[in-house]
Amino acid sequence: MSGYDFLLVGVGGQGTLLASDVLAATGMRAGFDVKKSEVHGMAQRGGSVTSHVRWGEKVFSPLIGRGEVGYMVAFEKLEAVRFAGLLRPGAVIIVNDRAIPPISVSAGNDRYPSDEEVRAALAAVSTSVHFVPAVPIAERLGEVRANNVVLLGALSRFVEVPLECWLAAIAERVPARTLEINQAAFLAGRQADL
Amino acid sequence: MKVLLAGNEAIARGAWEAGVRVASGYPGTPSTEILEALAQYDGVIAEWAPNEKVALDVAVGAAYAGARAMAVMKHVGLNVAADSFFAASMTGVEGGLVIVSADDPGMHSSQNEQDNRLYCKFARVPCLEPSDSQEAKDLVGIALALSEEFDTPVLLRTTTRIAHSSTLVELGERQPPAAVPDYRIDASKYVMVPANARRRHPVIEERIARLARWAESFPCNRVEWRDRSLGIVCNGVAYQYAREVFPQASILRLGMTYPLPKDLVRRFANGVQRLLVLEELDPFLEEEIRLLGLPVLGKEVFPICGELDPSTVRECAIRAGLLAESERPPAVEIPSPPLPARPPILCAGCPHRAVFHVLRKLRLLVAGDIGCYTLAYLPPQAAVHTCGCMGASIGVAHGIAQAGSPQRRVAVIGDSTFLHTGLPALINLAYNQARAPVIILDNCTTAMTGHQDHPGTGRTLRGEERARVDLSAVARSLGVQHVECVDSYDLAAVERAVRAALSAEGPAVVIARRECALLPAVRRTWQPLSVDAGRCNGCGLCLQLGCPALVRSDSIDQATGRPRVRIDSLLCTGCAVCSQVCARGAIPRKDRHH
Repeated sequence: MSGYDFLLVGVGGQGTLLASDVLAATGMRAGFDVKKSEVHGMAQRGGSVTSHVRWGEKVFSPLIGRGEVGYMVAFEKLEAVRFAGLLRPGAVIIVNDRAIPPISVSAGNDRYPSDEEVRAALAAVSTSVHFVPAVPIAERLGEVRANNVVLLGALSRFVEVPLECWLAAIAERVPARTLEINQAAFLAGRQADL
Repeated sequence: MKVLLAGNEAIARGAWEAGVRVASGYPGTPSTEILEALAQYDGVIAEWAPNEKVALDVAVGAAYAGARAMAVMKHVGLNVAADSFFAASMTGVEGGLVIVSADDPGMHSSQNEQDNRLYCKFARVPCLEPSDSQEAKDLVGIALALSEEFDTPVLLRTTTRIAHSSTLVELGERQPPAAVPDYRIDASKYVMVPANARRRHPVIEERIARLARWAESFPCNRVEWRDRSLGIVCNGVAYQYAREVFPQASILRLGMTYPLPKDLVRRFANGVQRLLVLEELDPFLEEEIRLLGLPVLGKEVFPICGELDPSTVRECAIRAGLLAESERPPAVEIPSPPLPARPPILCAGCPHRAVFHVLRKLRLLVAGDIGCYTLAYLPPQAAVHTCGCMGASIGVAHGIAQAGSPQRRVAVIGDSTFLHTGLPALINLAYNQARAPVIILDNCTTAMTGHQDHPGTGRTLRGEERARVDLSAVARSLGVQHVECVDSYDLAAVERAVRAALSAEGPAVVIARRECALLPAVRRTWQPLSVDAGRCNGCGLCLQLGCPALVRSDSIDQATGRPRVRIDSLLCTGCAVCSQVCARGAIPRKDRHH
């Protein structure tokens, strides 16, 4: 059973932690040994956040080594570029087509990279780069905050795990009253044009 | 049944399974979730204490009474509790006592990365270290049994990476706590006057020697024989990195890192050609092994500073010639412009922002403290000038005043931090009449660690209602005559109050109060504002607040040629501090209902 090494990156408050919970639960349901690692505290105050999720027959380190990330889900475009150096060449890259300007950018002291620059940076690592309009997709479903699960749906296309494992993991991890919308968001991401 | 648990959740589960009756602690990353998780179980008294010393004293008292007890804190919390830690080592216990210290290599959320294994050697207390969540759970029960067998407190040391990584755990049943016996009075053991302490010191030296012998056959001190050319001694999460990076090497994994099982280490060293220690932070095991006269590699290969990870371990090993160059993963050159940093910042709607806006305007020297508000040291506020450790602000401002420093100065301290260690400092400031106003930033919660309650919120860890500590009344009762309470969102009122405190005759306290905007009850009242584009001329005055909800828009003011400001409605809480700053009335307030 070959393993999967996932890196989730985003901005504090975007729902990366819930998404990594779902991803870890999916791996367990698919019969893998699973480890998940994230850092709380200061990171939540609007800073960059990362979460490592590893599936394998036997996983040792909770952290993935530089150059060994096989799958990245970026909840924000700038963060995708910031962590691209951790990826294995040819990694699957799922990018939320969303920019959240850091405070230095909104104050006019720094420049946010252009879409061309973002694409060029990611293209240097892999040809499997997929921008997902997760926010508009989630908005159409009536819950913008479900955009994190839309991204997981897009990721699921590249992971050889039965759909039931994903849906059951979502049911296990999200609050019951948001289950329907989250499962719809997942399926919408899974069917999105990539 | 196996479940995925974070290290902190596993420790809580372990405490519950092992029949812990009393647990106390103070929030601090990366330890906070332990007590929060434990409070979800029935049959355990789990309490937030105002600080770690008090928490440890509570746990010590419970253990003196014969109950199993746990105290929980982050690494620097043990500094606060150190007096009690040393005292408990001298007295020993009746019921099992485990102290959880969550260290923070890499300083994800801390002011230092001290290695608390050194406290164990210092106080002659055994140290247990888990390598994953399963062990984190199991070691709690082992620590309590060890504590009772050897009449000693036991330190369970985790690190951020253990505390906040989730791994699979096999759950067990609760071992119901035994009935608490009649209190056994033994003054010669529990009253640590010099005469008794002189008798106890040889006892604890003999105890640690017996523990070292016990450690020889402790199953969590484990040898894994593989290829004998390299043997790695490791602990905690470093064990996982050793398995990942050196899959062929023989390993001695120490689950108890103090005291050291000397014969086991010697046998392992003699069985391998080359001995390497892989440990985060200090060369603790390395120095102990060197004292045995064994040649060993350690910190000349791996760094003392910072958190380890598989890449760092691999790179260091390649540089030291322990691994082949071919083990280095290919580096990919990423063509990218310089990326703007994304540091943690004060949130949109943060009540601290307005206060620091005033402090900066008044050009005050600000002695700061530990909490979200420490982030105001960064531009655009740049209005925190010292911050060392919990509760230091008031004493530091006091000292600056007594030194005769010509600048006008204030201390700022959060509500939870004030109750933690600010209180004795305010007693001192009032008593010795130092001219440094104290501003208590009261956001009605312990925000930084994720909204824990404290004696000033009037709610316990389990959500029970209690009388609130009244901060104004406390200040007055300490002899502070000038005490004023203002709404943090009201810029004019905050400025007036700070000016009044600066010109007060004696000691002065300003309580700037407004609930943290992220508290669930406050979130429900958010009413995002918007910019009146007809009035905004892009002057950028509001952007000086550094609020993440205020961004430059694509719309340009024709008269000035400057981009107008817009408000991100997903972030804006409607605090209206920007409305008060705007000179053109371009950000109309909304009526707020409270």
